[in-house]
Amino acid sequence: MAKRETKRLSSPQELEALRKSIIEKRDHNKPCITICGGTGCLALAAQDVITGFRREIQEQGLETKVDIRITGCPGFCERGPLVVIKPENILYQQVKGEDVPEIVSATVKGNIVDRLLYTDPNTGKKITYEHEVPFYRKQKRLLLGDNSNIDPTEIRDYLALGGYAALSKVLFEMSPEQIIEEVKKSGLRGRGGGGFPTGVKWETCRQAQGDTRYIICNCDEGDPGAFMDRSLMEGNPHSVLEGMIIGAYAIGGHEGYIYVRNEYPLAVKNAQIAIEQTEEHGLLGKNILGSGFDFTVRISRGGGAFVCGESTALMASLEGKVGEPRAKYVHTVEKGLWEQPTNLNNVETWANVPLIIKNGADWYSKVGTEGSKGTKIFSLVGKINNTGLVEVPMGISLREIIYDIGGGIPGGKKFKAVQTGGPSGGCIPESLLDLPVDFDQLTKVGSMMGSGGMIVMDENSCMVDIAKYFIGFLEGESCGKCVPCREGLKRMGQILTDITEGRGKEGDIELLERLSAAITDSSLCALGSTASNPVLTTIRYFRDEYEAHIRDKRCPAGVCKELITYLIDEEKCPGCGLCVKACPVEAITFMGKKKPVVLDQEKCIKCGICYDVCKLDAVIKK
Amino acid sequence: MKARDKPTGQKVKSILDRYQRDSGMLVSVLQDVQAEYNYLPKKSLAQVSQGLDVPLTQVYSVATFFKAFSLKPRGRHIINVCLGTACHVRGAVGIREEIERELDIKPGETTKDFKYTMETVNCVGACALGPIVIIDGKYSGQMKTDKVKPLLESYD
Repeated sequence: MAKRETKRLSSPQELEALRKSIIEKRDHNKPCITICGGTGCLALAAQDVITGFRREIQEQGLETKVDIRITGCPGFCERGPLVVIKPENILYQQVKGEDVPEIVSATVKGNIVDRLLYTDPNTGKKITYEHEVPFYRKQKRLLLGDNSNIDPTEIRDYLALGGYAALSKVLFEMSPEQIIEEVKKSGLRGRGGGGFPTGVKWETCRQAQGDTRYIICNCDEGDPGAFMDRSLMEGNPHSVLEGMIIGAYAIGGHEGYIYVRNEYPLAVKNAQIAIEQTEEHGLLGKNILGSGFDFTVRISRGGGAFVCGESTALMASLEGKVGEPRAKYVHTVEKGLWEQPTNLNNVETWANVPLIIKNGADWYSKVGTEGSKGTKIFSLVGKINNTGLVEVPMGISLREIIYDIGGGIPGGKKFKAVQTGGPSGGCIPESLLDLPVDFDQLTKVGSMMGSGGMIVMDENSCMVDIAKYFIGFLEGESCGKCVPCREGLKRMGQILTDITEGRGKEGDIELLERLSAAITDSSLCALGSTASNPVLTTIRYFRDEYEAHIRDKRCPAGVCKELITYLIDEEKCPGCGLCVKACPVEAITFMGKKKPVVLDQEKCIKCGICYDVCKLDAVIKK
Repeated sequence: MKARDKPTGQKVKSILDRYQRDSGMLVSVLQDVQAEYNYLPKKSLAQVSQGLDVPLTQVYSVATFFKAFSLKPRGRHIINVCLGTACHVRGAVGIREEIERELDIKPGETTKDFKYTMETVNCVGACALGPIVIIDGKYSGQMKTDKVKPLLESYD
């Protein structure tokens, strides 16, 4: 790309003039092929598709007729790589490199490639436009919607959609107090999990005594199964930055940090590019837009520690120390990073701020429930047909998310539970599926909103195994500073391992409950105090599964290795020998063609490879 | 993946300069040192300690606290098995065990010929495609136990 001369903008008028010139130069009828370049689609070989489009357009000399844009994640990861043709919004799914020439020629002629359209599994009909696909229809994409209209490495795309207008408005038309009042009135609550009112946090930080104030964006998205912050930071980093600058102005901070997980290389890269472009345009740095307000932002990469999502641990890590939390007798808004007042918000919270300023608190607070306003992004994953990111208004029911948007459970299996809130959350059973999703309702049933992971489990998921998984996760991530968390989780892990390996005994469930209560009451930080939620909710809603493991030495879901046996169904086995070759311990013997194979239980290590390779369901788990 | 170089003071010095010898950037400095050498050599840790004016004990405590760091030389190919919840419910444990069997190493270990190092990660945020194995930064989604062997064999 040719290097453009960028001029530092020094007034709101110059910003608007630049915006106008960007929009005027664009031909809005010219077709634009947008290709998802998010981590999910890249994992599905989207790079081949991107390279293919670039080459095809160049070879056919179509640069003046068709545009290409590499965007962030539009959310429908299950069907990636995704290609959307603008302005009509024609959605092509599971696109491969070899489909490229056909898409290009159809786009130039104004035709549609039928075979790449999405087929609604319920009606069997092909769907042409993105917004008509059931996955998108019930969503309200205030934050994610722009991901497919923006090349995240190109500030001009963000400006063309009205970007940084909210910043210009606060700098020249609003006082810091007015901004805080507006954010308070909007009802915005922290999207990182806690749900603390954002405006109140800002106000406390503004009023706190200190030499300086720090602004932090928490993109240490450690909850396994959650990736909305990654998608926002990768796909629309300017919306996050604009929110941070507005917050900094309202709070009176001049230095900011974006703390990103090192496991998110693309988010780090795009955030860095966004910072550089914003600085070049005079929207970040000294004397922003000529207002006299200074604010700088630096990126700090995490080191792979879940506990660093906790605010005090994150700040310790920013100071170059071990990421251990401290007791919060004094809140970080008063004494945080380097002992100065510090305001930390999550990526999604920051991204909501420009929307509230631009459209007003009244507009924003019309979406959502009494106590939880706006939308929430969830990552819908696990045993679900349409995996991906969904943004929904607060108050929507779990059933609508899982069945209407998510398309239900694959393979005709039965729904068992949905896990929300990451390792601090809980498992919600089918009987509660009509629960409206908001901060308070989820807490009431023993789970929590968390950052928005939503992991769906079916009849083949063992709830004791899930509890063991989370406790194992937290035991590994516990920083070890306080005893209840360090030793208590270890002990809980041992009990759960015993149960899943057939050594469970009467009284174990009660012991787990007592240990949970002790850890909840006495841990130093939220990692420990919420750690028992996965255990308590699985006991509460799936006690019969614990009892089956303990009393009958049986794993009803067929997951716990020590409690299951693999058998060959002699009726079904044609003696093809696939499993014989695949078995790593030579436990299966070939008995001749058309004769069933024989599995030696003594040698079997229950790795499940034979079960995976058999195409005729002749290997059964019992 | 870069060939492993002998630690030289010059490379670490330029990393330290990049961060203006700011002690708050210790984690980032160590990440860049590791990106250079594939692990954190003892000599470099001492140099970082001096360069940032941070006690060596603190450098070690940070280097051993965070999962991303390795004090031992690692293999030419780094295998990362995602053990996030979404991958877990789709059978990530079986994938990990199959890699352990194939290479005869446990997570955190390196094969004797320094070809592979196996590590686990608690979620890479590509949950829709689980179970996921990442080798040298390249993602392989929707893994199955019987795909492990051919995948490993495709690296030399």
